[in-house]
Amino acid sequence: MASWAALFVAHVPHAQALGMEHVSDDATGRCVIKQPWREDLVGDPETGILSGGVITALLDTLGAATVIARGKRPQATLDLRIDYLRPAAPRIDLLGEAECYRVTRHVAFVRGVCHQGDASRAVANLTATFILREPKPPKGEPA
Amino acid sequence: MSALAEAVTAARESGEYDRVLAELPYARFTGMRAGLEAGHVRLRLPFEPPLVGNTRAPAFHGGVVGACLETVALLQLVHQRGLPFAKTIDFTVDYLRLARAEELYAYAEIQRLGRRVANVRMFAYQQRREEPVALGRGNFLLGDGAGPAQ
Repeated sequence: MASWAALFVAHVPHAQALGMEHVSDDATGRCVIKQPWREDLVGDPETGILSGGVITALLDTLGAATVIARGKRPQATLDLRIDYLRPAAPRIDLLGEAECYRVTRHVAFVRGVCHQGDASRAVANLTATFILREPKPPKGEPA
Repeated sequence: MSALAEAVTAARESGEYDRVLAELPYARFTGMRAGLEAGHVRLRLPFEPPLVGNTRAPAFHGGVVGACLETVALLQLVHQRGLPFAKTIDFTVDYLRLARAEELYAYAEIQRLGRRVANVRMFAYQQRREEPVALGRGNFLLGDGAGPAQ
């Protein structure tokens, strides 16, 4: 059966438009998503490298997916920082790999990388925070 | 001269940054448009269903909002310096509001243009410029450009 994180990726229209594929996730809040290389998603045609916008979309989707993998419901991204550590190789798929390493009542904290097969040679580093949906009031109390 | 280089040369004179975006596959894929407004590149992104992140609102995907911010920063640097495009060193987005199913705009302000690095603030908004939906900041590594515009 598909996990919640996998269902999430399959139901985000923009993730589908970019061709993202959920690879794996687990209940500790780790998740991997693949972004296949595609000619129409290249930033500068002179380099053949996927646009930074695609990396941002991959890492934002991935961040939310890690929160879901951990059993929480993200409402929105609060902020997201991407450090570009080295140029991506042209015409090669990207893998996003991240973990939701801390959740509080309202906020989830995520860190991760984007690489092309070797996570120790990451193309980009991600730090992001997400606001969670309002916790439901306890039963018997007015909303 | 490549089609991109020709489009940049023309746009730096005329402000027709649509022609530059037409040479960039990802910008074409998303449907980004751009023109010049008082010396600033203004990027415009019409809403389309494939750009949705949150289907309940519906709202633009946060990655698309981020992409508009990063792209407009790169265009503003190209406007001032010419090609090649700067390389993003780091890039931060604060999401303030949902970017709803209507046109999204973005512009950039260069805070410091050094010899090697530019620090840029970016703003994304919808109906009201005073109510940004997202704020960006980034550091960009500059290539050897053609020098200041005009």
